[in-house]
Amino acid sequence: MSIVETTGLGRRYGSTWALRDADLTLPEGRLIALIGPNGAGKSTLLNMLVGLTEPTTGTITVLGGHPAGSPAALDGIAFVAQDMPLYRNLTVGDMIHLTRNLNVTFDASRARARLAELGISEKQKAGKLSGGQRAQLALSLALARHPRLLVLDEPTAPLDPLARHEFMATVMTAMAEDGISVVLSSHLLAELERVADHLVLVAAGRVRVDGPIGDLLDQHRLITSPTSTVRHLDGCEVIETTSTGAQTHRLVRRTELVAALPADAESRAVGIEELTLGYFRNDTPRPAPVLTGVSR
Amino acid sequence: MTVDKKVKDEAQPSPITFRLDPTSGVPTYLQIVQQVEHALRLGYLEPGDQLPKVREVVASLAINPNTVLKAYRELEHKGLASGRPGRGTFIDATLGDVMLPELTVLRRGLRNWLAEADSAGLDGEAIGALMTSTLRDFSERRDVETARGTNTPVRRAGGRR
Repeated sequence: MSIVETTGLGRRYGSTWALRDADLTLPEGRLIALIGPNGAGKSTLLNMLVGLTEPTTGTITVLGGHPAGSPAALDGIAFVAQDMPLYRNLTVGDMIHLTRNLNVTFDASRARARLAELGISEKQKAGKLSGGQRAQLALSLALARHPRLLVLDEPTAPLDPLARHEFMATVMTAMAEDGISVVLSSHLLAELERVADHLVLVAAGRVRVDGPIGDLLDQHRLITSPTSTVRHLDGCEVIETTSTGAQTHRLVRRTELVAALPADAESRAVGIEELTLGYFRNDTPRPAPVLTGVSR
Repeated sequence: MTVDKKVKDEAQPSPITFRLDPTSGVPTYLQIVQQVEHALRLGYLEPGDQLPKVREVVASLAINPNTVLKAYRELEHKGLASGRPGRGTFIDATLGDVMLPELTVLRRGLRNWLAEADSAGLDGEAIGALMTSTLRDFSERRDVETARGTNTPVRRAGGRR
């Protein structure tokens, strides 16, 4: 079953398309990482997913066919926004009480147990907590609703490395124990290698890459050849070319099995960070580098 | 997905814990597979020993549970471990050593090659660089040929469901 499905999804603000023509089928039980430069359309997509924004075109359904924003969809999704919205003057205990009364399903004992484990007292005011503790409070409240899908908008960006590790450990444990699915937007590419199953890369309002990370890493290669003998590669889409006098590096996506490489070309696998940066740079308009002998 | 349902038994904790090297460039699931193989070679793990529970690995390393499951499936695929429903994954076999005579022949060949590289004027670093890039390239081409030979798309063993 797919946890999120979109067809021709688009959202326009005035005359500007924040996102357009998005066709996505995201699998259940996975962590789906949504990445892209600022202003690429990530938050627009997340907001449509949780029902805060209406699409201009197309459709978006969640949890196996429920329209985003419908009561069934809202019950099964928990969303932690980027700024960890909490009432700063309420105590942790009050926040638990309030959230219990605002939700149909809420497991207060689970939230209390988790916060006790982390050494966060119910008497403390939410506004007095450290950044890491605030994030854990927001996450514990979200998980106590027993969602089937947890949506996180850049949750770990303001956290120190230890708090970030603990936050992700809590998310990963919820996946292991409850089988929940997670959609997470992030700029922390190095972290994604360890936590994500599936990657959706948006740039300039369009979905550029969408697939299981293992498959994407298998498809992409960095090919290095002497600039003097660079020639067209069969069965490859060139994503990015960097060229100096002596060497030319090409990040390619194999559309079929690579035909035998020229003997003087080297090929190696790339990581998520290298792959992503290649697409980002490729989508950012800038002066074209001087290329010689490249036939495309 | 159900993972390691809590079962009351007096199972021993696993003799090993995993540590990740984020700079190695080796995929996380493969690091886990390699650490188990390494522990088997060095005798830290023996048949009957339990591997760390998925929940424990996930909580301590903050990695995706599907990654741990993939690593454990790969170990099962290699015949080194097997899953017992509701209890966890246990070691089944040990790793045999590479035959000594083969190693001797390979070492002799490598020595001859090194002597040739030395007389061509390559120093240790240059030899290392050449070795690394050739090995990488060799594995790439072999992977492509293997995939072509069996006429299946390029995929890692134990691919996702």
